[in-house]
Amino acid sequence: MTTARTKSMSAAGSVPKATPSPLFAALSSRRLWLTVLGWTVAGVIFFPIFWMVLTGFKTEAEAVADPSLVFSPTLDSYAEVQSRANYFHFALNSVVVSFGSTLLALLIAIPSAYAMAFLPTKRTKGTLLWMLSTKMLPPVGVLVPIYLLFRDVGLLDTRTGLTIVYTLMNLPIVVWMLYTFFKDLPKDILEAGRMDGAGTLQEVWFLLLPLTLPGIASTGLLAVILSWNEAFWSLNLTSSQAAPLTAYIASFSSPEGLFWAKLSAASTMAIAPILVFGWLTQKQMVRGLTFGAVK
Amino acid sequence: MNKTRSSGRTVGGLRTLSLQAPAVSLLFLWMIVPLAMTVWFSLQRYNLLMPGMTGFAGLENYEYLFTDPALWSAIGTTLLLVGWVLAITVVGGTLLAVLFQQEFLGRGIARVLAISPFFVMPTVSALIWKNMMMHPANGVLAWLAESLGLPALDWFSSLPLTSIIIIVAWQWLPFALLILLTAMQSLDDDQVEAARMDGAGPIAIFFFITLPHLKRAISVVIMIEMIFLLTIFAEIFVTTSGGPGLATTNLAYLIYIRALLDFDVGMASAGGVVAIVLANIVAVFLVRMVARNLES
Amino acid sequence: MSTLQLKQITKSFGETDVIKGVDLEVNDREFVVFVGPSGCGKSTLMRMIAGLESATSGDIVIDGQRINEVGPADRGLAMVFQSYALYPHMTVEDNMGFSLRLAGVPKAERREKVLEAARILQLEPLLDRKPKALSGGQRQRVAIGRAIVRNPSIFLFDEPLSNLDAALRVQMRIELARLHEELDATMIYVTHDQIEAMTMADKIVVLQGGVVEQVGSPMELYHHPRNRFVAGFIGSPKMNFLPVEVTEAGAEGVSVRLPGGDVTRVPVAGQDQAAGTALELGIRPEHLVLDDQGPLSGEIQVLERLGGQTSLYVRMGEQTVTIMADGDVAHRVHDTLRFGFEPGRAHLFDADGLALPSLEAHPLASLKRQDNRMASSADSE
Repeated sequence: MTTARTKSMSAAGSVPKATPSPLFAALSSRRLWLTVLGWTVAGVIFFPIFWMVLTGFKTEAEAVADPSLVFSPTLDSYAEVQSRANYFHFALNSVVVSFGSTLLALLIAIPSAYAMAFLPTKRTKGTLLWMLSTKMLPPVGVLVPIYLLFRDVGLLDTRTGLTIVYTLMNLPIVVWMLYTFFKDLPKDILEAGRMDGAGTLQEVWFLLLPLTLPGIASTGLLAVILSWNEAFWSLNLTSSQAAPLTAYIASFSSPEGLFWAKLSAASTMAIAPILVFGWLTQKQMVRGLTFGAVK
Repeated sequence: MNKTRSSGRTVGGLRTLSLQAPAVSLLFLWMIVPLAMTVWFSLQRYNLLMPGMTGFAGLENYEYLFTDPALWSAIGTTLLLVGWVLAITVVGGTLLAVLFQQEFLGRGIARVLAISPFFVMPTVSALIWKNMMMHPANGVLAWLAESLGLPALDWFSSLPLTSIIIIVAWQWLPFALLILLTAMQSLDDDQVEAARMDGAGPIAIFFFITLPHLKRAISVVIMIEMIFLLTIFAEIFVTTSGGPGLATTNLAYLIYIRALLDFDVGMASAGGVVAIVLANIVAVFLVRMVARNLES
Repeated sequence: MSTLQLKQITKSFGETDVIKGVDLEVNDREFVVFVGPSGCGKSTLMRMIAGLESATSGDIVIDGQRINEVGPADRGLAMVFQSYALYPHMTVEDNMGFSLRLAGVPKAERREKVLEAARILQLEPLLDRKPKALSGGQRQRVAIGRAIVRNPSIFLFDEPLSNLDAALRVQMRIELARLHEELDATMIYVTHDQIEAMTMADKIVVLQGGVVEQVGSPMELYHHPRNRFVAGFIGSPKMNFLPVEVTEAGAEGVSVRLPGGDVTRVPVAGQDQAAGTALELGIRPEHLVLDDQGPLSGEIQVLERLGGQTSLYVRMGEQTVTIMADGDVAHRVHDTLRFGFEPGRAHLFDADGLALPSLEAHPLASLKRQDNRMASSADSE
């Protein structure tokens, strides 16, 4: 079918060969315009990030001077961010909290998503929707009690406290995303496993996990991204000990802290890994972010 | 072990239940405990600075809250912020999705660049805009204006809410683009070709084929953005701190001020209840929509 | 020795009864085919035997043991799935050896058994490949190989050929028949394709709406369908049904008036049929013969020449009748022609759709496929 169409198209295209292909010229000029337009738009959107990365390689004086692309790049700001402000302390907090909460969320969510996908009951749909609805509770609505609870049990400004919050915050999305990935696995394969004598654990270990690993990985990456970038709880529940990068960067907002080059260097380091994660998982992420409503 | 598996439904149900128990019970606690506490506190006279003055307040907090002009201003700010960002991101996202759906050189990389802002943490994006883009003396926008012979604008003092809207829209436009682009890829090529055979031009195809196909994805984008935008916090926190005056204080920021700056737990909780109610008005529609999707 | 009995098996999903009391006996080394239209419950029935679904009530008995409560892996069965359900992340060898690995069989022994099965199925060169590098037919063979490795007492096949193209399907059909002989195992096979049922089965179980309509050998079902459903389902093209009216019933058979007005006597038992009773006469397209003196007539609407045979679709009043005629018939579209049939080939169905029993059993009706095979091997010697 397709070949037939291509053939007939090329046959039609070969007819006006005498007049040297105005069709071809029109097509390529359309393509050219699209290329220019597409790259311009993408460039404008990306510009602030580009500028920030650039500023990170400038000196403080250059950073506040008139915008210029010409300067001699230096790594001074990067060095200073670490030596003066102990960047790695906050980076470590971010890593521990976001990866810790993601692992925890996956551990709790996998059995749940497995049950929902493969052992559904009448209540499964309701449970899924209820999980979704817990995301509707705006964090600001429960800030006060969480703050007071954390204060009373000594979880304020601890990594543990923030990890717990992020785990619970991401749990619904993680369950949903895993659920949609698990559902895509043909039921037959697990049944074949059962016929071959696999118990539940073996079924999960030998079949489910290896087969849905890409899905689990992108679910995990999304959870890491969301925790890494979370800036409501981190600003309100941590101060110095457990502050992750979001809170650390916020400290640059004070009026006296006009260290743009250092801010840029710190920010670049803070967002670089997450940008890469995001680029890697953009497709699968859509599913998680929209609870499977858009695939 | 094997026996449990092969026998009746109730046992299967029990297994399902036990596998789901951790996730469900944790989420239940996470939701119900703070929610109950918020409601409870909102009915209490409870200020951390005045330890002696506690007790049941009835609807007093709500009375104060609703007669406080700050609340109405905050709700107004919240709605303006949400409305404008939604308008910009949905319209812009749709157009961008159409653009990035076309074939052109290096499309893949251009796409990646365009969706990048979504992965930038809110405090970083707010500070980039505040310091490097919108700064009245050294920002790129000021420099641009000057090179065009225009007066430089002090964005955050003359157009505070607009500035916040620009920053937030910059973060969320890529989200809309990402979702709508994905939705667009599921549009059947045959449908477009059939329309072309029927004599539809690009504009007709956009309005009669593409847009209807995107309807569902657009509503999902609107609802999800709404949930997040209703409680925008970090961007305000690091740029304007709600000011000047109350110009950029939205509901989330107001509650933060009442709770962690004024230490008025009762009032803050009452504000929290209002925020929850607002969010759930939106939520009902989203949940319904996702539920319909689950059926099919 | 592997026999299977189903005793009053029922299955309900919530309010809907999918299987409504099935009794069935499968003998050792028998090739039994469950056939029926989609939604008739044949797959559910097989899945209950496999242990993937639990029966709502009734007993499933293998070799005299009730196994309702036994898990699927411990029933000694192996199943070949419609989608093959190969493990995509494992090589062919690992796919086939997975059950042995779970059972803790040492590697060397595992390999030996896999190689043995691979030899039977000519899969040796493919052992290191992943399923996605295989063609449909090869995947099918791996799925069968996975079943063979388990050395099951009963093989279950769930529409195994439906994802193959027509040519491959014919080839696999032959291969399966060969396997049945070579493995000498009991096999249960589900299909919606009556040709697969007819060609492979020792015993066909026709299901409809969760009820067994008839159980019997292929020739029995063909020549003595118990009711109108089985008559219509077995045989291709479908049997023609004509409205007739009883004129006289006696020991020699039942005489009926055909649509054209002629009366013919069909040799079936039905002495209690009163004159004037409305019945349906069933006659297969291949049993209608062109005959200028024939009792039936009509106008040719469509004519399909297959070369060796010609299908004629003939308009008779309100209905269309299919005739399988010789390849050389000279008729053209819109010709009017006359045709008839040998009364012994016809069936009569009462108002409930039940067939009036034939007075004489067809000589091949009790033929088993094994007899067929023996006869042919005797021929070749």
